[in-house]
Amino acid sequence: MNRLLARRFAGNSCLVRVPWRSFCDAAAVNSGTAQAKHAEKQRLTSHSEEYDVAIVGGGMVGMAVACSLASMSLTKHLNVAIIDSNPALVNGITIKKEDPPDPRVSTVTPATISLFKEIGAWEYVQQHRHAYFDKMQVWDYTGLGYTRYNARDVSKEVLGCVVENKVLQSSLLSCIQNADIRKTVFPARLTSMNLNPSSIPTELNGTSSTSPWRGFARLELSDGTCIHAKLVQVGADGSKSNVRELSGFKTTGWNYAQNAIICTVEHTVENNCAWQRFLPSGPIAVLPIGENFSNIVWTMSPNESSELKSLTESDFIKSVNHALDYGYGPHPKSSSARDGDLSWFGAGLTSSAGEGFTVPPRVVRLASERMVFPLSLKHANSYVAKHVALVGDAAHTVHPLAGQGVNLGFGDAFALSRVIGEGIAVGSDIGEVSLLRRYEAERRPANIVMMAILDGFQKVYSIDFGPLNIVRAAAFNAANYFSPLKRNIISYASGEQRLPLFT
Amino acid sequence: MNPTRLAFIRSTLCRHFRKDTNSARPLEGLKIIDVGCGGGILSEPLARMGAVVTGIDAVDKNIKIARVHADLDPGTSNIEYSCTTAEKLVEEQRKFDAVIALEVIEHVANPAEFCKSLSALTTPGGATVISTINRSMRAYATAIVAAEYILHWLPKGTHQWSSFLTPEELALILKRASVSVKEMAGFVYNPLTGRWSLSDDISVNFIAFGTKDGQ
Repeated sequence: MNRLLARRFAGNSCLVRVPWRSFCDAAAVNSGTAQAKHAEKQRLTSHSEEYDVAIVGGGMVGMAVACSLASMSLTKHLNVAIIDSNPALVNGITIKKEDPPDPRVSTVTPATISLFKEIGAWEYVQQHRHAYFDKMQVWDYTGLGYTRYNARDVSKEVLGCVVENKVLQSSLLSCIQNADIRKTVFPARLTSMNLNPSSIPTELNGTSSTSPWRGFARLELSDGTCIHAKLVQVGADGSKSNVRELSGFKTTGWNYAQNAIICTVEHTVENNCAWQRFLPSGPIAVLPIGENFSNIVWTMSPNESSELKSLTESDFIKSVNHALDYGYGPHPKSSSARDGDLSWFGAGLTSSAGEGFTVPPRVVRLASERMVFPLSLKHANSYVAKHVALVGDAAHTVHPLAGQGVNLGFGDAFALSRVIGEGIAVGSDIGEVSLLRRYEAERRPANIVMMAILDGFQKVYSIDFGPLNIVRAAAFNAANYFSPLKRNIISYASGEQRLPLFT
Repeated sequence: MNPTRLAFIRSTLCRHFRKDTNSARPLEGLKIIDVGCGGGILSEPLARMGAVVTGIDAVDKNIKIARVHADLDPGTSNIEYSCTTAEKLVEEQRKFDAVIALEVIEHVANPAEFCKSLSALTTPGGATVISTINRSMRAYATAIVAAEYILHWLPKGTHQWSSFLTPEELALILKRASVSVKEMAGFVYNPLTGRWSLSDDISVNFIAFGTKDGQ
């Protein structure tokens, strides 16, 4: 790893092209020349470009890191730089109540909700549209089985909350603006990074001081600014992470031969259940988003997705209703728990096992444009290196079929800020790999397990093969009627436990 | 082991000097000396926690390395390093709020005199923290046989079992040097997780926190 970094930075164009004595460095050159005066002035200004933590990427996960640092007494004195060219970070995000819901939404698990409450950001979410749901129904096109989940199965009130991404982001922005942590937003993109600014000896004219930036990482931005992040540099810049590229982290992953179409739709009644039906080429999910609106995430092959995107609105709505209702296969038979042969499951049967199969509410109107995204799986082989830590989609990209992606990201964000706090408590250098590895050791196994499960589901459900269909149906029924398994599934999906099946 | 030692030092010093444990720089305003500082592995975190730190070591190479490393971080660049011994500093009449000597006393020729020097460097009412290895069978098996000969964590011959001190002996020589031991804890290593933790088990590595009589 170190050799890899060394090789990269030996060829780092920034280092070779820009002579070290120009704008970024602070050592004085020959005295008495204009150049020296310029360097002198730069020394004074560049000291103010010294930050403890640089968060590259001011999206939901990056801002969650910032808010979390702001909320802990051990870390709120840190000087934070946020690098993101999105103007919303400087100007704020305006959300008008009358606007229909944005199709980009996330399902937030109860574990994430409690983390948000801890940092004081959930109150901002509650000021905007958000939809708790306490019921979920999962079935497939073969009509052989279905599962209904209810939050009451695990004695909780909600299974999750569906929130538009812009609401999450603006809530985190409001939270950090009201926090008294020192923060500076840099509206630019990261162009290059030097994790090991070399110690070019500055023994000129008898002055011998090592470059004052040696223990820092140096970031160069697209508008020419140069930042020194004292120590941690958090790559929260999404699945095409620049930080990940520049740091040389390798990734493993593959593309699913699937795209997802997302849009907002309207019903005649309020929807308060989350629905997911596995179709031959991918699942269609309907998530309540508030009032009579729902969000649709429909995964299918790329050809089908371009077809569906180009349909007229009414034809598209017809296909959605078809997919949710009798399309592709029959309804599963609704069984009641009072049927005789289930009596030996009787003790401790979950309340949702008694609920019959229901068809989702009809869609009557399309309320937003249809957006299409390709789906893939990607995982960084390592999350940390000296001065760098990856969080969120920069570290892992998953299939949306269980709504877990951003929750893994929030889990990363809070874990990282906690580890930083623990490091500061014992006076550690927060850019040290040994400290950052603790964050990796906590998050990587949990993330890998979740990704493996989601990938497994994706693969199992993309095969239409008689015996496998029956096995899947049996699994649906087992999950529906075997209460300990159902409770386990709900707890794991809610983020309450880190690993499935091991309570 | 270092974070665990620091956790103990932070908690005992905060309690003794009545500092806020939730602050990021709880040792602000304290003058601390790290005797036998080596490469600065203890001095740097103490400086980051706000203390004014002096680090001394008898080996000049260590001091040079410590100086270079400390200059990397502005938070640690004001640590005063010098190649000297505790006895010489006593002659210079230096005084510190807290005197810390971790893993040093098992290497000195005369532990009792060493403790007297440490005590002389401490202001009355100040703190003295010493950590070392217990002279027990378990310590022989782990700290010498396992650490030096099997796992090669340390070069062979780093420690002599006969120069280890038991907790009682350490408490006694400290008392004779006017330092009363107030707290003691042990460090245990969990081979499965690879992590050290604080515990009541003082049979191998242990650390003692004492206060200088007088105020």
